[in-house]
Amino acid sequence: MARTNEFRDKKVIGALLARIAENKRSLPSPCRIMEVCGTHTMTVHRYGLQSMLEKAGIEMVSGPGCPVCITPGEVHEAAIRLVTENENVILATFGDMTRVPTHLGSLQNAVPAKGSAVKIVYSPEESLDLARQKSNKEIVFFGVGFETTIPSIAVMAKAAAGEELSNYSILSALWLIPPPLRAILESGEVKLSGFLYPGHVSAIIGQEPYTFVAREFGFPGVIAGFEPGDILLGIISILDQIREGRPRVANEYTRVVRPEGNPVAQALMREVLEPKDACWRGLGVIPGSGLKFKAEYSAYDTEVKHDLRITARGIDLPGCRCGEVLRGILLPSRCPLFGKKCTPESPCGPCMVSFEGACLVHYKYRGPKS
Amino acid sequence: MCLAIPSMVIEIDEVHRTGKIDYLGTKVKTNFALLDDVRIGDWVIVHAGFAISRLDEEDAQETLDLLREIAEKS
Repeated sequence: MARTNEFRDKKVIGALLARIAENKRSLPSPCRIMEVCGTHTMTVHRYGLQSMLEKAGIEMVSGPGCPVCITPGEVHEAAIRLVTENENVILATFGDMTRVPTHLGSLQNAVPAKGSAVKIVYSPEESLDLARQKSNKEIVFFGVGFETTIPSIAVMAKAAAGEELSNYSILSALWLIPPPLRAILESGEVKLSGFLYPGHVSAIIGQEPYTFVAREFGFPGVIAGFEPGDILLGIISILDQIREGRPRVANEYTRVVRPEGNPVAQALMREVLEPKDACWRGLGVIPGSGLKFKAEYSAYDTEVKHDLRITARGIDLPGCRCGEVLRGILLPSRCPLFGKKCTPESPCGPCMVSFEGACLVHYKYRGPKS
Repeated sequence: MCLAIPSMVIEIDEVHRTGKIDYLGTKVKTNFALLDDVRIGDWVIVHAGFAISRLDEEDAQETLDLLREIAEKS
């Protein structure tokens, strides 16, 4: 049933690319498509689709779809301060988060206070297990993510509240995908022909939250899966929408994404969290683009519990241009630091750290001079 | 973080809504709190330890048929 090979079949990919080239010929150039999701960026480069699509007249640009990347430096710095300035704090987070450079260094290089530590986890659930096992330690889960991850964080807060765990809280960096799409379209900084919507965010939120893109901006978009065949099918849909003059929210990932999304996950998010205006790296403050814990869950909100008062500005470290990469206005290879001062071994910004970061993906699959 | 490849459910603890999936031959602990009525043998998409969606076999077949149709026409 996984049958992923069939979505990667050479003959199928060749036929899809030929169809794209043929459909593109009748359209005014250029045709530039933003892959909103970092995992799409990975597929595009891993399978060499970028250069094949360029030959067919399609330019792919990366967008803001890397949660590690768009989390402002000030939030990462708050996490560093928690473990360096407080004793007996265990800060649990995803691996990528520990390597993001800030004015205070990174979590990986931070020297924790006595009894404190940074612990890499794969799932939010591991952080809750830590709180259950280590009652003499304060466990902080530094939870970052889009709608794909947010429901699991809501489950953690509910479980912690249910068990009345007093040594557990969540430093949340929770981002919603539709609001930055509006910000990108309104700014008009990058001339785009369509959006490739993230498949697994869409599995949670469904199709409706994107409808404003077609309705208000007359702009095509498609929900796509993560195999090469999925992405190329999505691009064919965008070209069809342009040709027919009928922009909509198409869904080419029906095997995973239902029109209504995942109602269980949506209900959990609504129960535990509420929208807030949030500051994104590179994009600044976007209305209603983040989530925070509702008052009844404030005991599990690290910002409230530890009185953090984070003021995010979303500005890069000197020289780093991740913000522009995340807005889709700078190709990673055009950054003067790319492949020279900034490499995966010694990253200058988060886009070279995260496995979904556009700079790391370019470096990995196209080389330091890509 | 995101296992974009579908995985099969192989163990379920219905009380805790947790269990295990087979991800490319590896057993991975998974939380099923975000899906109702998960059964052994279901194919799911797992993200950061949580199953977020169930794979629909008919829809998968339709997409594969479409891909084959395009390949045959070329």
